[in-house]
Amino acid sequence: MEKERHVLVVFPHPDDEAFGVSGTIASYINMGTPVTYACLTLGQMGRNMGNPPFANRETLSAIRKQELKDAVRALGISDLRMLGFRDKTIEFEDENKLTNLMSSLITELNPSLVITFYPGYSVHPDHEATGAAVVRAVEKIPEADRPKLHCVAFSRNCVEELGQPDIVHDISAVSDIKLDAIRAHRSQTELMLAEMAEKLKEKDPKTLAWLNNERFWTYKF
Amino acid sequence: MDPVILHEVQEALDRFKDKEVYIHLETTNGAYASHNNESFFSSGAYIRNAKVTYERAKITGEGPFRTGLKIPFGWVYAEGITHFEIDGKGRLLLAGHDFNGKLAVALQISETPFD
Repeated sequence: MEKERHVLVVFPHPDDEAFGVSGTIASYINMGTPVTYACLTLGQMGRNMGNPPFANRETLSAIRKQELKDAVRALGISDLRMLGFRDKTIEFEDENKLTNLMSSLITELNPSLVITFYPGYSVHPDHEATGAAVVRAVEKIPEADRPKLHCVAFSRNCVEELGQPDIVHDISAVSDIKLDAIRAHRSQTELMLAEMAEKLKEKDPKTLAWLNNERFWTYKF
Repeated sequence: MDPVILHEVQEALDRFKDKEVYIHLETTNGAYASHNNESFFSSGAYIRNAKVTYERAKITGEGPFRTGLKIPFGWVYAEGITHFEIDGKGRLLLAGHDFNGKLAVALQISETPFD
């Protein structure tokens, strides 16, 4: 992994940072690079409430806000920005407003690397709209001055259309921290982790590969 | 949330009768339904803080339950209700959780707007 000056991570939901990116975040922090996480919503419209449910539609936002803070602490992120949007509404917001918000974050923080979702290849409408806003903001910067833009993609057609990811980080050295970050989002991950625990114990190769390899595509303008 | 107790929910529904109330109504399969199963047609809708006044309301069925609110020019309806809570603010929260505990439907009634 190259040393970065500052990394800006932009995702719409608490837990988006945990699954595919938290090992990379923890690795940068271990290298002494400051990381800012800008999280657009509190995942208020999530469907997972625990089983049996310990959250409801109205308590979920406060619960997920705390889970986000816990995950951020587990990863050692020093700068968390909660941008105050509502889950499932990003694609309906004013595009210019979103672009300007991303531009102001980039201007303020001057990151050498920005991480977000790859628009068109990230399944959830909030992911697509968030990634698209970041791409628009970076595109406005003269090419020579742009930060690197690494995107997460996981739609079924992503490898077919984008090719293999050009960046794969082996994060096995920090996989415990990653699991702590995933675990912090208890309302969303408890069920999944229970299923995964057995596979991790058996050292199931597919599960280990999922956990230890974080894949990114450099955005092609 | 607790599993629905019919008479408690019915009493709560009746308490809001003929009052201006705010409704949150939602159905969802989740944003990943079609990603996880390409043959699945994903759909959903929600309305938050619709202001209505209803003249009658009923929860019925064998469980999961159905709930209908009769409003001046129409109806509010939700099916698949499994759980309820009357929260600290006196709001009635009804929800339907699927077999994995995931929320599939919600109908909530409050005298003040939801956040």
